[in-house]
Amino acid sequence: MSAIIDVHHLSKQFKEINAVNDLSFTVNEGDVYGFLGQNGAGKSTTIRMLLTLVKPTRGSIRIFGKDLFTHRTQILRQVGAVIEKPDLYKYLSAYDNLALFAKMSGIDPTRSLLLNQLKVVGLEDRAYSKVKTFSQGMKQRLGIAVALVHDPKLIILDEPTNGLDPQGIADMRNLILKLSREMGKTILVSSHLLSEVELIASRMLIIHKGKKMVEGNVAELLDPSKSLVQIETAHNADARKKLEHSKWNGLLLPGTKNIQLKMNKEDVPDLIADLVGMEIKLLSVNPTHSLEDYFLSLTTQPGHVEAFAD
Amino acid sequence: MWKLLQIELYKIFRKPRTYIAFGAIAAFILLIQLALLANGKDYLQFGLGFLDDSFEIPYDKINNGYWICFLVLNLLLIHVPILVALVAGDIVSGEANMGTLRLLVSKPISRTQLVLAKFFAAVTYVIALLAWMALFALVLSIVLFGTGDVVVAKSMEMHQIEKVDVLWRYFAAFGFAALALILVASLSLLLSVLSDNSIGPIVGTVCIIIVCTLISEMQIPLYDKYLRPYLFTTYMLGWKGFFYIAVDGDGQTIRGSVENMPAILKSIGVIVTYTLVFVTASVMVFRKKDILS
Amino acid sequence: MKKTILAIIMLCLLTPFVLYAQDVSQLVEKVKAKIEQVKDYTASGKMKTNVSFLKVPVANVVIYFKKPNQLKIKNEKGISFVPKGTVSINLNNVLSSGSYTALDAGVDKVAGIPVRVVKLLPSDENADVVLSTLYIDEARQVILRSRTTTRDNGSYELEMSYAKYVSFGLPDKIIFSFNTKEYKLPKGMTFDFDDGSAVKQEAGKTKNKKGRAEITINSYSINKGLADDVFK
Repeated sequence: MSAIIDVHHLSKQFKEINAVNDLSFTVNEGDVYGFLGQNGAGKSTTIRMLLTLVKPTRGSIRIFGKDLFTHRTQILRQVGAVIEKPDLYKYLSAYDNLALFAKMSGIDPTRSLLLNQLKVVGLEDRAYSKVKTFSQGMKQRLGIAVALVHDPKLIILDEPTNGLDPQGIADMRNLILKLSREMGKTILVSSHLLSEVELIASRMLIIHKGKKMVEGNVAELLDPSKSLVQIETAHNADARKKLEHSKWNGLLLPGTKNIQLKMNKEDVPDLIADLVGMEIKLLSVNPTHSLEDYFLSLTTQPGHVEAFAD
Repeated sequence: MWKLLQIELYKIFRKPRTYIAFGAIAAFILLIQLALLANGKDYLQFGLGFLDDSFEIPYDKINNGYWICFLVLNLLLIHVPILVALVAGDIVSGEANMGTLRLLVSKPISRTQLVLAKFFAAVTYVIALLAWMALFALVLSIVLFGTGDVVVAKSMEMHQIEKVDVLWRYFAAFGFAALALILVASLSLLLSVLSDNSIGPIVGTVCIIIVCTLISEMQIPLYDKYLRPYLFTTYMLGWKGFFYIAVDGDGQTIRGSVENMPAILKSIGVIVTYTLVFVTASVMVFRKKDILS
Repeated sequence: MKKTILAIIMLCLLTPFVLYAQDVSQLVEKVKAKIEQVKDYTASGKMKTNVSFLKVPVANVVIYFKKPNQLKIKNEKGISFVPKGTVSINLNNVLSSGSYTALDAGVDKVAGIPVRVVKLLPSDENADVVLSTLYIDEARQVILRSRTTTRDNGSYELEMSYAKYVSFGLPDKIIFSFNTKEYKLPKGMTFDFDDGSAVKQEAGKTKNKKGRAEITINSYSINKGLADDVFK
């Protein structure tokens, strides 16, 4: 499977703030890629860099195998995006907005194409109403229509369910799944809600304070049979180094003070035995937190993150 | 680029705010014409009455369509920059404020092309505004008041231009005014690129023009020497130069002549240079700008 | 005897003056008689106005005159700033109403032509004209130059040259010099374009407050009758 988005060591610094810090990830063709993090974690900044709205301080971005900044126009012709709350021209109708952005995306839309696009998002009855009369949900749907009108290969959705009611959220979810499964689109969706990402994404990345916390297959990461095992040792740094050179390396979770591994509960005794064998002085082994708790703690309240911090 | 320009023009002319300027100009000119229909002679006497002791002043003949157009331009062209700023100042920052800028910049169009398209859309708006002004100020005045010689009252002298020698000067004057207002649009564009809200660039443009105009007109020797030659507002009245006619050795006007063409050409040069500087700066700033709105 | 001789000597000395006085008065009367042939005229010509603060084109004008002192200069097609006091180009005004005392002021030359200089003092103390100095071509009995000082309208000077219409005493060229007021309008009212000429204008401002109108007549239509409303 080829990489559609390939990001290496991406960083963005605004004055003294590191909004994104050495971020690397890959989105493969056909993925619905969940991009999870709290508000202010760096999701929107990353997405803006992918769309050339913001220039990276360091790092590289390749999309469709080409460098984004040297092949910008070519790449963006194949990209559709909804960036945060989609704002459109309030004094124009839905139809006029769609026509305008379709032309800016490089196509010459026919009337039937535009009306069909509005039908896909459920706005055919309001095609000629001015956008200023629209609810937030309707604007969101029109934003999706704008993102899809030129039939892009890659769709980037930044918090697409913001401001939607439960029915709207369900509709959005179904649309994303349809785009992926029936139309073969590659989709990157950012959100601060694990529950939403869980239902639609095939792969995901968690970002916190601009840094990658974890990346992987959603099914694997959220496997309920796997637990979060927290280990406290006399010398956590030494213990972490030893574990990184052992068979347990792949299960180690980054970024917290204590050592945490995602693993089957049944493997805990083996872990303890190996730790003793490595002459690591164990103080406690605690498999009380679930993986979901871990992710929730990273993506919601700051207090929960502190609980995991060293 | 042409398609982009069409889109930008579509956006400008679908916005209700755009028509404020057209309405204001039409109303203002009609008011002046109405006033001069009723009290033209009195108005002229107010200005030239001090010459009544020495000359027979043909007030009725002076109050003709060509002269009224000159009067309108004299009064209006000082204030039209505000109307230009109203649209040009909003052209980028308005999109940022509305939230549409991020969508625009994520489209497969170069930022340079986008800014230039917006600039040329503003230029088109300026030309449309001037054409509208010409329709009311010149055409309608001629219809209502007829044509005649134009008497231009300067602070130290009066110039009289024969009827047959007037029309081409208006074409030249409107052309010059277009350049001056395009300069205002380019300044507004630069401020618009630097801002994320609509009001700042509009107010900023107006304030800069007011302050620079005051310095240009105040006749304080220090400013006249060190500031005035470098202010673009000093040159924006150059359209009037087309109505300052040259005279022969006998002191009689020379038909088809302009008193100081080099000064007008210099003004055009300065205006065009400032415009190029502002537009170039706008492009450079916009290309580097992080779109966070 | 002595008294008689003294009387004869006085008579001989004074007689030339008396004769001269009669001479000048007669000359003026002859000039006046010539001018008075003309009851009315319509003249077409061109007017050049030379005033420091006026930049105006050469105007095609029509001059209407009707005895005794109605005179109007009109520009039918365009605008002309006609100096007030052009009524004085009507020479009847100069030689006008009522009686006057003519004094011989010697001889001079105007444009190379010998002239008799005559000073006219109106007898009427309330007349507007206070003093006129006429430079008269005795051969043709026409006035080549006049300088007139008025009570209420300042002073002005006329210079005339004659050709076709000399028999009527009507000039084909008149140069009329007059006083003007200073011209100045506030810059805040005019919003001038400063093209660098303001400095030159400032320099020339105080030079002279005199203006000149030069009227060249192409043709006269004499004694054909004129309605009064032409002068309104």
